[in-house]
Amino acid sequence: MPHDHHDHPHSLLPSDPALRVKALETILVRKGLVDPAAIEAILETYEKKVGPHLGAAVVARAWADPDFHALLLRDANAAMAEMGITGRQGEHVVAVANTPQTHNMVVCTLCSCYPWPLLGIPPAWYKSDAYRARSVREPRKVLADFGVTLPEGQAVRVWDSTAEVRYLVVPIRPDGTEGWSTERLQPLVTRDSMIGTGLPRSPA
Amino acid sequence: MSRPHDMGGRFGDGPVVPTADGFSPYDAGWHRTALGLTLAAGGLGAWTIDASRAARERLPDYGSLGYYEKWIAALADLLAERDLVSRDELRAGDAEPAPLSPRALTADRVPGVLARGTPYARPGDTPVFAPGDQVRTRALPQNAFVAEGHIRLPAYAAGKTGRVILSHGPHVFPDRNAHGLGEGPEPLYTVAFRAADLWAEPEHPGDEVTLDLWESYLSAA
Repeated sequence: MPHDHHDHPHSLLPSDPALRVKALETILVRKGLVDPAAIEAILETYEKKVGPHLGAAVVARAWADPDFHALLLRDANAAMAEMGITGRQGEHVVAVANTPQTHNMVVCTLCSCYPWPLLGIPPAWYKSDAYRARSVREPRKVLADFGVTLPEGQAVRVWDSTAEVRYLVVPIRPDGTEGWSTERLQPLVTRDSMIGTGLPRSPA
Repeated sequence: MSRPHDMGGRFGDGPVVPTADGFSPYDAGWHRTALGLTLAAGGLGAWTIDASRAARERLPDYGSLGYYEKWIAALADLLAERDLVSRDELRAGDAEPAPLSPRALTADRVPGVLARGTPYARPGDTPVFAPGDQVRTRALPQNAFVAEGHIRLPAYAAGKTGRVILSHGPHVFPDRNAHGLGEGPEPLYTVAFRAADLWAEPEHPGDEVTLDLWESYLSAA
């Protein structure tokens, strides 16, 4: 079996992370390997356009529209495409709906895979060692860190994203929202409720 | 073999610290640059996502680096391995000016590149297993082609029995793709395991953990 031999040239860069990233940026821009305008265009995308409001729009529409709900669970990418939502780290999406019997929760224990086109840049806790290590073994204790307590009879299914499939949790629609429009439902859908570490907001 | 990135089920970590709803802020200004620089450099097309994950995993100081620190260290290693950046340039933190490479991702192409993404489904073999089938994962989470190579079977799910719940068709196989051995697509499945079959002290008898696993990780059980 061949052995992968690697050394670690990154140690030649400054060790301070701010100086390290600055040095690498300087090298790549000066060499013409990275266009500074492309960096800004990427960041602008995830700072202004792509974020959890997109996932919330999908979930709210699924709550309001049974046909869309069925499509979302059958073929999430087709449902997303109807709303113009596509992109890197969301090429193969599976939507999983919470029920009174099962609560779904998403993690990536091996790195930090996350459905970027639906939820944007992952929050710091999602990328933390504590979340990656604990979610699969003690999901209820992790939920307690978020102030969430599940009903006693509800099981937890934790989805460890080990491939390029990305998972979107469709939370249970809150009581007291019968007849609400998609627009009125959307603010109830939090980012964490679509990862499974939170529940949607209750109607005021 | 040290696999510090394979931390699922590990003991000893503290609480998870939630953050406010909405767009996730950067915790430091340089995180912003690290994100933009890494994605822009990825636009060179000089490595795959599997190669970049493998580069992060083999960082000798993986356990002590933050998320974006891993990104930047692995980015520097990938650039040097592919002779895009020299050791002298890394040491100097500078380089001779050159015109923009035709390989570089330009700003006008960014929206299209981000919106298209990179699909990983491929034509390939008909899946051997079907939803409902009982399967057992290989006993050791070890790459079959490269010693200490990249693999997407976490240690906590090695040598365990579960049942197939989703069949995704052939997907690029990271164990090959991360090491330049081709995409070698294999059928990919989502397999559900009872928490009681994974952990000594499961929280609830009905709990499950699912993983996305390639066919060669699995045998009929």
